[in-house]
Amino acid sequence: MSAPAEPRAGTDVEALRALADRVASQAEPGEQVEAYVSQGTNTSVDAYQGEIESLTQAGSAGIGIRVIKDGRTGFAYAGSHDDDIVAEALTEARDNLPFAEPDEWAGLAEPDGVAATSLDVHREAVLATPVEDKVAMAIELERMVRAADPRVRGVRAATYTDAEGAFAVATSTGISVGGRSTIAYVSVSALADDGDASVIAGGMSVGRAIDEVSLDEAADDAITRLLAKIGSVKPESAVVTLILEPRLTATVLGIVSGMLGGEAVAKGRSPFAKRVGEQVGSPLLTIVDDPTNPDSLGAEPYDDEGLATRRVPLLHQGVLQGFLHNSHSARRAGTASTASAARSYSSRPGISARALTVEPGEGDLESLLATVDDGVLASSLGGIHSGVNPVSGDFSVSVEGVRVRGGERAEPIKEATLASTLQRLLLDVSHVGADVEWQPGGTGGVTLLIPGVSLSGR
Amino acid sequence: MIEEPTLERVLARALRTGGEFAEVFVEDKQNGSATLDDGRVEQLSSGRDRGAGIRVVVGDTTGFAHTADLSEHGLLTAAEAASAAARQGGGGVREIALTRRDVANPSPVSVLPDDVPKADKVAILRRADEAARAFAREISQVTASVAGSRRRILVANSDGLLTGDDQVRTLFSVSAVATGDTGMQTGRKSTGLTIGWELFDRIDIDEFAAEAAQMAVTKLRARPAPSGQLPVVIGAGSGGVLFHEACGHGLEKDLVDKGASVYAGRVGELVASPLVTLVDDGTIAEEWGASAIDDEGAPGQRNVLIQDGVLTDYMWDFLRSRKEGRALSGNGRRQSYKHLPMVRMTNTFLENGTASHDDVIAGTDHGVYVAKLGGGQVNTASGDFVFGMQEAYLIEDGEITEPIREGNLIGNGPQCLQDIEVIADDFAFGGPGTCGKDGQGVPVGDGCPTLRVAQLTIGGTS
Repeated sequence: MSAPAEPRAGTDVEALRALADRVASQAEPGEQVEAYVSQGTNTSVDAYQGEIESLTQAGSAGIGIRVIKDGRTGFAYAGSHDDDIVAEALTEARDNLPFAEPDEWAGLAEPDGVAATSLDVHREAVLATPVEDKVAMAIELERMVRAADPRVRGVRAATYTDAEGAFAVATSTGISVGGRSTIAYVSVSALADDGDASVIAGGMSVGRAIDEVSLDEAADDAITRLLAKIGSVKPESAVVTLILEPRLTATVLGIVSGMLGGEAVAKGRSPFAKRVGEQVGSPLLTIVDDPTNPDSLGAEPYDDEGLATRRVPLLHQGVLQGFLHNSHSARRAGTASTASAARSYSSRPGISARALTVEPGEGDLESLLATVDDGVLASSLGGIHSGVNPVSGDFSVSVEGVRVRGGERAEPIKEATLASTLQRLLLDVSHVGADVEWQPGGTGGVTLLIPGVSLSGR
Repeated sequence: MIEEPTLERVLARALRTGGEFAEVFVEDKQNGSATLDDGRVEQLSSGRDRGAGIRVVVGDTTGFAHTADLSEHGLLTAAEAASAAARQGGGGVREIALTRRDVANPSPVSVLPDDVPKADKVAILRRADEAARAFAREISQVTASVAGSRRRILVANSDGLLTGDDQVRTLFSVSAVATGDTGMQTGRKSTGLTIGWELFDRIDIDEFAAEAAQMAVTKLRARPAPSGQLPVVIGAGSGGVLFHEACGHGLEKDLVDKGASVYAGRVGELVASPLVTLVDDGTIAEEWGASAIDDEGAPGQRNVLIQDGVLTDYMWDFLRSRKEGRALSGNGRRQSYKHLPMVRMTNTFLENGTASHDDVIAGTDHGVYVAKLGGGQVNTASGDFVFGMQEAYLIEDGEITEPIREGNLIGNGPQCLQDIEVIADDFAFGGPGTCGKDGQGVPVGDGCPTLRVAQLTIGGTS
C-alpha cells in the first residue's frame, strides 16, 4: 500500500456557492431565481474471480435553475458547469416560465432563522486512499465469501464504491449555502445450489469512508442470508404474524413516509390527508424524521432548498403529528417548511424523509420471535414498486424468509406473497423492538411484529 | 460531435499503457417535458446532458471513466483515468484509423419534440385533464405529462469502428385518482414510441384520458384480490412484461456466465411449452426499445431466443461476444455516458398463437384475467419473479366478472413457461417500459398475445 504524496483535492464548495450565487444574482425585477449546483466524484471497483472486473473513476457535475415570476415557474437543467451551458439553462428556464399556469403558492424558500446543525459527514479518506487499496477491498470481499462455506458456488458481484458529493444552493431570496459529504460501501451477492435451481443473497456494509466499512459484516450478512435460503419451499396459504427485521422495517417506513409528503397530501393522493391528530398507527409507534441525528447516514445540515434540517415528528404513540414539507407544500398548507426538500440537479424539489426512525420499544429480533406462535420472519420483500400503491394503501409483495412456529424458526419459504394495506399494517403493530439498526438509506429500523397478515402460497 | 482525428488520439492515449480494446462513447441528450397536476400546468422543464464515457479492456478487466468535458484535453484526461485498470505494461504506440459505418435508424422522425411550440404541449395537457375529470364525478385528481427526448450518440473504438445514432422518443401519460366510499384508487395510461411529436397524431387524447379515469373508477368497486394459486389469463400487450421477467433477464449472457441464471447451459433444450416462440428485436420500427445501433455500436437485430419451446440463444454484449468469438446481437446498452454497457433487452415479445381471445377466456373455468400488468422484478438465479396487476378481473365460469384490487402475482420462470396452456392470435405491443438492472434504466418494449398460464400465485387477501 502506498500513500499518495498529496491527497486529491476535494470538491471546492466555495466555488460551487460562487457559481450558484452568480446565477441567483441575475434575477431581474419581479423575478425569483434559484440555482442548485452539484458536483461529485466516485470510484467503483467490481471484483470477479480474483481479478478486477471493472474499475470506474469519474466525476460529474450539474446545475438546475428555477425562475419564478407572477406565480409561474420555469425550470431547466444541464449536466455541466460550463459558462455557456449555464447561461443557456437560465435562458431556457425563463423561456419555459410563461407556459406554466399561475400558482398562488409558487415561490422559493426564504431564510427562516433556523441554525444548521454542525454535522461531520465528510471524510478526507475517500479522496486520500490510493485506488489500489479500494481494489484490494473488493477482491478480498469476494475471496472471503467464496471461502466462507463449501456450499457457496460463486459470487455474482463483489463491489467497493466510494463517492464524494457536494452541492450549493443560492436564491435571490437570500439563501446561499453549500456542503459536501462522503459515503463508502461494500456489497456482495453470493450464489449457492439448491436442487435444480440456485439461491442468491446479498450483504453490505456502509460508512462514510473505507475505514468505516466492514468486509466481515458484509460477508457474514451475505452468507447467513444465503445459507438460510437453501431448501426453501412454497408455504401453505395462511394468516400469520409478520416479523419485520430492522432492515425491512426501514423499507416499510420509507413507503409510509412517502405517503406523509405534503404535496401528496395537498393534492388528495394520500390516505393520511386530513387525519392529523387521529390515531393512524399502533400506540406503540412513534416515528420521527431527524436528519440532524449524526447516527444516520441520511444526516445532512441542509435540505435541497438550502434550509437547515430539523427534527420532524410524524407519529407520536400512533397519533399523526403532521407532514413532511418543502417550501411550496408548506406555503400551500399554511405552515412552515420542515426542510424536507429533496432533488437532483435535473428535477425540481420534491419531498423526502432523510433519517426516519422508530422510537425503540423493548426486546430484539430473537426475543420477539420467541413470542410468535405462527408467523413469518421475512428476509426479503419483492415487487414493492409494482405491488404497493401509496394512494390506496394496497400492499402486496413477494416474500422470502422463514416460517416461525411456537417461537422457533421452522422451514424457509419462497414463492409466496404477503398482503394487507399500509393503513392496517401501521395500526396492527403489536410489538416494537429496541434493536435500532441504521440502514444504508439513512433509516433506523427496529424489529416489528404485525399480526393478521395474509400469506399466499399453495 | 467530436472530430475523427481527436477520437483517434483519445483511443491511442487510452491504450498507451496496455489494454486490448478501447472505446469512446459520446452522448448528447436533450429532454423536454411538461406536467399538469392538480388542475394546473405546473412546470415546463428542459435539460441537456452531454459527455463521454471511455473504457479500456485488458483481459477480463475493464477500466472506465466518464467526463462532461468534451474538449480534447477533457477526453484525454478521461482516457488516462480509464487506462488505470490496464497498467500491466505492454502498450506502446498504437495507431487507430477510424472508418465511419452508419446504420439507418428504423424509426423515421417527422417532428422533433424540441421544435413543437410549448403552447401546443400545454394544450394537450389541458385537454387530457378536462377529459379525465369529465369522465366521472369520482375523479378527484389528474396528472398528465408529455415528454420528448433526443439522444445523439457516437461510438468509436480501437477496432476502427466509428458510428452513431439519433434517437428521438416521445411519451404521453395520464394518471387519475378516483375517490369513493371505499377510499382512493388509481388508474394510469401511458404510451411512448421512438418517434417524434407525430405520436399525438395517432392518439385521441379524450379517449386516452378517459381510459385512465375509467381504470381508477372501476377499481373503486373492486373486490380484494384472491389469495393462492389460480389459472391466470394475461391480456394482450402489457403482458409482455411477464416474459421480460420470467425468462428475458435469465437469457442475458452476463448473468448466465456468472451462474446467476436458471437458463445456464440449457441451449437446445425444451425450456417452455412448445407454443412459445420468444423474440428480442431492436429493429422494430417505432417501438420503445428500438434503435439503429446499440450503445456499443452494433446494429440492432432480430434474435429468436426461444423457438417452439426450445432455447435457441442468449443475448450478448461486446465483452461476452468477444470472449466466445461470436457475432454481436445488438444487446449492449447503457443508461448514459456515465455507465458501462451490459447485456440488455430491447423489444422482447411472444409471438402469436392460433386461439382466439374469446376462446381463451371461455376455456377458463375459474381464474383471474389480468388486463394490464405493471412493473415486475425477477431473481434470475432462482427464476422467481413478481409483477403487479394494475387492472385485473375475476373469471367465473368462462366469463370476466368482477374487478379485483391491485396486488402482485408471483411465479417461477421455468415453471411458468411450461405452464402456458394456450396462446391467442391477437398480438399487441404493451406500453413503454424502463428496465432496471444493476442501477441502470433503459427504455424497453414488450408485447404478447392473450395467453393462459395454468397457475400463478396471486398475492391477495381473500
